[in-house]
Amino acid sequence: MYDKHIIYPDSLGNDQDAEGASGWHIGVRLPYYRGQVLSAVEDIALTVDGEKVPREDVRFTVRGKTWTLDQLETTYDERWEFGEVAQVSVRRRGGLAPGSHSITAAVQLRISYLPWSPVTACTTELSLAA
Amino acid sequence: MTIQHRIKRGVSLYSYQYETFLRKMTLDDCIAHAAGLGARGIEVVSEQSFTGFPDVPCDQIAGWFASLERHGAYAQCHDMFMDIKLYKDRRLNFTEMVASLERDLHFAHRIGCKTLRLIVNTPPEVVVACVPLAEKLDIRMGIEVHSPFHFDHPWILRYTELTRATGSDHVGYVPDMGMYIKNYPPVFRDRFLRMGATPRIVEFILEAHRARVLPDYVIMDVRKLGGNPVDLQMAETIRHNIWSNPRRMLEFMPWIFHIHAKFYEIDETGKEPAIPYEEIIPVLIEGGYDGHLSSEYEGQRHIEDAFEVDGREQVRRQQEMFKRLLGETA
Repeated sequence: MYDKHIIYPDSLGNDQDAEGASGWHIGVRLPYYRGQVLSAVEDIALTVDGEKVPREDVRFTVRGKTWTLDQLETTYDERWEFGEVAQVSVRRRGGLAPGSHSITAAVQLRISYLPWSPVTACTTELSLAA
Repeated sequence: MTIQHRIKRGVSLYSYQYETFLRKMTLDDCIAHAAGLGARGIEVVSEQSFTGFPDVPCDQIAGWFASLERHGAYAQCHDMFMDIKLYKDRRLNFTEMVASLERDLHFAHRIGCKTLRLIVNTPPEVVVACVPLAEKLDIRMGIEVHSPFHFDHPWILRYTELTRATGSDHVGYVPDMGMYIKNYPPVFRDRFLRMGATPRIVEFILEAHRARVLPDYVIMDVRKLGGNPVDLQMAETIRHNIWSNPRRMLEFMPWIFHIHAKFYEIDETGKEPAIPYEEIIPVLIEGGYDGHLSSEYEGQRHIEDAFEVDGREQVRRQQEMFKRLLGETA
């Protein structure tokens, strides 16, 4: 559900710190019909140009608060709302090069009434301005 | 000819989820659309239509009531969920589950809903423990009898046994019409074909479905035929999308508080090709059903890969069908 809408259009950007690009980010929407408590988010697996992003390099931000994916799993008092665009960022010195990148985001959710944790994936070409 | 009945029309805002997800419709737009069709009873998946659940900000609740009033609609049903797997390493215990349902009863009360949909995974013991609060708040709780469950499924039989023993008229059922899949939904078939299902195996599955072959056997046969993963996925759908007898609702009618009028598609002729509303609605009339038929459009997830979703048009067509079957129009 909402597979092709997971990655928000034109949302790719590099993050900057004092030493230059510290990583990159995209906007990600929850592929589900109701908002979820963050502890239900089991994984947001990212791939960029065929290369898998290590889980520990991923950060998740909604409404100004940021968590690692492991921290999400024990966060019971904040939600990822229906249709809300979270910023999902990757720590990677140098960020991504300008130009087009193929990015996959696969969101795994623990749905209480299903005996499995569904994974919904989206792959899209995103372009980064020079 | 006027048909005597007490059935009211409503819409679950779930039907407009695709448009609200993409921020093409607001909560007010949804309520306006439903009410504009004369479907004034509004059902809400609160964790979809509001933020910060259960501590939804007061301005959102005020906006909800203002929209209902502006459009001549009213709050009808709150769809409750239970996050039994909130914690990764354990399930909620009994006390936590009771607290979760009580929280939802209070929320339903806050948004003015007199009916609460219980998600089908709610243990009946938890429901029974919440009957006193439901009675106090005057909210009727109904388990969503949802395919592949049906009224004679052991899980529902057990629910019936435990909840009827309370003697309460505030605990019952919200049947979802998705348990009356008489014909295999064309939107399912077409999506599997787009995903790479094998046409001759698709035909085999459709034929087996028409012949009411046990789903487990169909799945085994599809394996033997060398079906690919998509073929197997399609075969699996007949396990989860059942046909049962709509007349079974008659026995439970006094405790049927609300109907999820699930549909996958209303075609250009005004018919749901899979779910026979022309058979279902006469049963509801015969049984004296005294609640809402709440449109629940669920076709979006089956067509979004290839087509533009139009929840509004689909709901409009289903409501037109209801008007016809309920004798509101010639």
